[in-house]
Amino acid sequence: MKPAPFDYARAGSLDEAVRLLSGADGDARPLAGGQSLGPMLNLRIARPALLVDLSPIAELREVSEDEDGVTIGASVVHSAVEDGEVPDVTGGLMRRAASGIAYRAVRNRGTVAGSLAHADPAGDWAPVMMALGASFGVMGPEGGRSVEADAFITDPLTTVLEPGEIVEAIRVPRLSGSARWGHCKLCVKPGDFAESLAVVVHDPDRTHCRAALAGPTHAPILLDGVAGLVAEADGWSDALASEIKDAAGSGIAAAGFADTDDRYAMNVHATVTVRAAREALSR
Amino acid sequence: MTSTTISVNGRTVTADVEPRLSLADFLREREGLTGTHTACEHGVCGACTIMLDGRPARSCITLAVAANGAEVRTVEGYGGDEVMATIRESFKRAHAVQCGYCTPGMLATAYDIVTRLPDADRDRIRLELTGNLCRCTGYIGIVDAIEMAIAGVKGGS
Repeated sequence: MKPAPFDYARAGSLDEAVRLLSGADGDARPLAGGQSLGPMLNLRIARPALLVDLSPIAELREVSEDEDGVTIGASVVHSAVEDGEVPDVTGGLMRRAASGIAYRAVRNRGTVAGSLAHADPAGDWAPVMMALGASFGVMGPEGGRSVEADAFITDPLTTVLEPGEIVEAIRVPRLSGSARWGHCKLCVKPGDFAESLAVVVHDPDRTHCRAALAGPTHAPILLDGVAGLVAEADGWSDALASEIKDAAGSGIAAAGFADTDDRYAMNVHATVTVRAAREALSR
Repeated sequence: MTSTTISVNGRTVTADVEPRLSLADFLREREGLTGTHTACEHGVCGACTIMLDGRPARSCITLAVAANGAEVRTVEGYGGDEVMATIRESFKRAHAVQCGYCTPGMLATAYDIVTRLPDADRDRIRLELTGNLCRCTGYIGIVDAIEMAIAGVKGGS
């Protein structure tokens, strides 16, 4: 339960971090809070040659709010969102999501961006950011670029980040006052990784309606059929619940998100999706 | 080897350590502070929970080199602390300790609950304790102790 040896460097600036990460033949990992990477190192599942510690970089701890949303620096921890130190431009959705991640001692160190970049398929933030239409500022050896949240995670533990690239900040758009959201996480005990996690965001004034679903075996997906039903819904009904369940099933099958012969998994994902939609439409 | 400077229970320590050394092993093996316990060593069980810059953190998945510049408080570092004295007394009175292996981590989490959530009810205490495993007590004594400590700190006793 001790990590294999690795080299370690403290990055004093974003440029230095990118330079260090780019110079290690793809065998370097950025270290933020280390709450996902730490266990992987201890279990020797991850064996990087070099860790580049981002924690000395002050600009990555910055949070800035404007009328269109909030920009969250890469080193901002979950508990800062949970405690409302980060302006919640999402009407409570981000605070709800943050408070359900692991345990307080983990949330005090683990970062929002680090969790996203680690890309555990059952991680808490990806479906939230996908449903909100967030985007990630990425910095790399070729300069900066922006990646939409729904295009970020391609497979479990795999993102579109190239070697040497790191997430610099997360941009979360502000929901309008009429927006409604639902968030349902099913896990065996509080703080566990999700068996299924659905997020529905309906913001009619911005003509934005999205449903996102995450689970342990496949990258998170958007469920457009579910979002369409929620956008057109006129209140909650059993008939609508049934339609949403069917739409979730179709979306899951089309994406290969779960084994359609696994009736338990299909039911869990569809039910969690229905609960998130019901919460959004009942607010 | 990489240099790291950490304030440990108010005493500044500078050391050259292997980058892979965890903060828990730094405290136990280099500083002799064996009150911090290691069990699962991947962040699940909570036995290694210490205060890092005043907030509970897992010392088994925090590298000693990454704690550079931080203030660490271990179970040995509460000598004159009245809140922890109240919590310790409550743990004793409520039989919240059996084998004692989880206790240092439980005390760190209890300290966080008592100071951060003074209105916590039993359900909230149980929720906050999900990150600390105890295989002896069944938790009832621990929940009782924290409830008692919250009341004790509020009452100034």
